[in-house]
Amino acid sequence: MTRSVIELPVSDEDRRIAGLASAAVLLSLVDAAVPSPLPGIKPGLANIVILVVLLRHGWGTAVWVSLLRVLAASLLLGYFLAPGFFLSLSGTVCSLLTLGLARHLPPRWFGPVSLSIFAALAHIGGQLLLARLWLIPHDGVLLLVPLFAAAALFFGTLNGLVAARLLQEEPVPAPPVHD
Amino acid sequence: MPWLSLLRPGDWLVLLATAAAVTASLPLLWQAGIGEHAVIRQEGRIFATLDLGQPRQIEVSGPLGNTLIAVEPGRARVVSDPGPRQYCVRQGWLSRPGEIAICAPNRVSLQITGRTRIYDSLSY
Repeated sequence: MTRSVIELPVSDEDRRIAGLASAAVLLSLVDAAVPSPLPGIKPGLANIVILVVLLRHGWGTAVWVSLLRVLAASLLLGYFLAPGFFLSLSGTVCSLLTLGLARHLPPRWFGPVSLSIFAALAHIGGQLLLARLWLIPHDGVLLLVPLFAAAALFFGTLNGLVAARLLQEEPVPAPPVHD
Repeated sequence: MPWLSLLRPGDWLVLLATAAAVTASLPLLWQAGIGEHAVIRQEGRIFATLDLGQPRQIEVSGPLGNTLIAVEPGRARVVSDPGPRQYCVRQGWLSRPGEIAICAPNRVSLQITGRTRIYDSLSY
């Protein structure tokens, strides 16, 4: 009897994405532990990782890390496929699409803080849109836009500053790969 | 401040523009709480829609007699009603959207509406 071995080749890129995604998941857990005055208002610390990944490794890697984060964080926090999961997903997708456009802004003028604010606004926009269309089909939801937008501005600026600070550091050399 | 050096000129622009937009959108938070019109119904049909801006009084006739409704800036009430229990009169001034006073025996109702409907009706 021959034992069949299924081997999935893992590239350096895969390892990097996995490592970065785990950092983002960890920050999502910290996020969830922070008490919030209103459901939906959260610091969004994982976006710091997404921003650094976007500016260091490109948009494709950022998409991977971001979607893996949504999936893994929802499994760990127990809301996978619950309404919160779809809100999180729609926010993240909007945010990634916005970042995909905003990263082409001239970097001399627009730094991580701008990207972070755009991403945060898109995130809350995507969530509100889905909430309006699906969960609470009533315009009353939109009355909360000022609160959410203010929170997005505040935390977006904060996360953007942290990301900008991290990007000043020398990149950590990739760990040696043993094969 | 070492943190301020992390902001590039465009970042300031984005920050200020977003802050301005947020400030401009703040009235949305209050908008839902302001009544704009008083809708008076008789036999379920709209009898009159009055602007809450200008004060006036209006009489609506029903099967029992006349119901007197008064509008003042920002609020409205049923002043008198021929009904036996006077529930709609005792409800007093109505000012928030959705609030309603129903004079059932005389088949007259007075409801406040705002720009957006947050409730179908409110009663105490």
